Amino acid sequence: MSKTALALFSAAAALIGAPALAQKSAADGIAEYRAMLADGNPAELFEAKGEELWKTKRGPKNASLEHCDLGKGPGVVKGAFVELPRYFSDTGRVQDLESRLLTCMEAQQGFDAKAIAATGFGKGEQRSLEALVAYISAESRGLKFNLPQSHAAEQLMYAAGKKLFYMRGGPYDFACATCHGEEGKRIRLQDLPALYKNPGDGVGFASWPAYRVSSGDLWGMQRRLNDCYRQQRFPYPGYASDATIALATYMGVNSKGAVSSAPALKR
Amino acid sequence: MADPMRIRAQALNGNIVVKVLMQHEMETGLRKDANGKVIPAWHITDVTATLNGNPVFSAQWGPAVSKNPFLEFTIKGGKAGDKVSIQWVDNQGNKRVDEATVA
Repeated sequence: MSKTALALFSAAAALIGAPALAQKSAADGIAEYRAMLADGNPAELFEAKGEELWKTKRGPKNASLEHCDLGKGPGVVKGAFVELPRYFSDTGRVQDLESRLLTCMEAQQGFDAKAIAATGFGKGEQRSLEALVAYISAESRGLKFNLPQSHAAEQLMYAAGKKLFYMRGGPYDFACATCHGEEGKRIRLQDLPALYKNPGDGVGFASWPAYRVSSGDLWGMQRRLNDCYRQQRFPYPGYASDATIALATYMGVNSKGAVSSAPALKR
Repeated sequence: MADPMRIRAQALNGNIVVKVLMQHEMETGLRKDANGKVIPAWHITDVTATLNGNPVFSAQWGPAVSKNPFLEFTIKGGKAGDKVSIQWVDNQGNKRVDEATVA
């Protein structure tokens, strides 16, 4: 065997050995895939549509949503998302973004909020809500979560959310905490954020709404929670129900200081 | 009327990098609905791009392209201020044209 051939042989042997050394973790692989997709996040299409819906006169009352109060005064969109859910004195309820939008769509545009809440995800006016949450959350991209907790109702919602988070039930005896109560857990390749604390910038609560590549839809927090309950084999929670708002309050308050990356991109 | 595309066109090292997001269902024609009926194919078939009115890019697409597709390509030459226009046509005859100015 010549010297060159020997050198080639050992080089080949080194290459064969290489993949084992450079083996990527599942998280690295997923991060790489996300980076490849990140440039063309279709959530942008929903943002553009949402902005138009916000400004367009629609509904039986032929009004726009430009006077909708998301917590920072009528019509103020920027920074509103990272302070929701919060207490609203006009409705006397703690509301998340989606339930607040329902209130505005009913009060200002004349839509039937109950009918929209009962509509399946991705259908009818639910599609408008998807676009609106994309637009409104995008206006707070890069800002830090800072949910108010001064009102007694807000504190009660947090406490109720914590109870729900740890409440085990259903045929699998599951709670949210079963998957999200410990660090370093995952389902298949998906890292599961630990939601009893701040899981970090742009992770967990700070990364929804998001475009789901697998379903080709934009998911708001309501749909995310709905699917969590489906995976636990619980009955579905009502759209914009107090239970979902309590959980959002719990996660949101825990995420205080986390930078919002919404609307993000998910597998 | 189809929803508008999002087009970003940027001059880079004497070329233009174009990134396009299109909103389209891109139904393959292989899926069935809840009643077991086949959902008819509905997808983009042709994509063309022009630079200041001159054709620079064309593609024929089929059902394998994802929903809400993202397309990125580079045009040789060109400069900031040029106009890039993208058009798609789907198999139902719908079409959409959008234009962007190179930044």
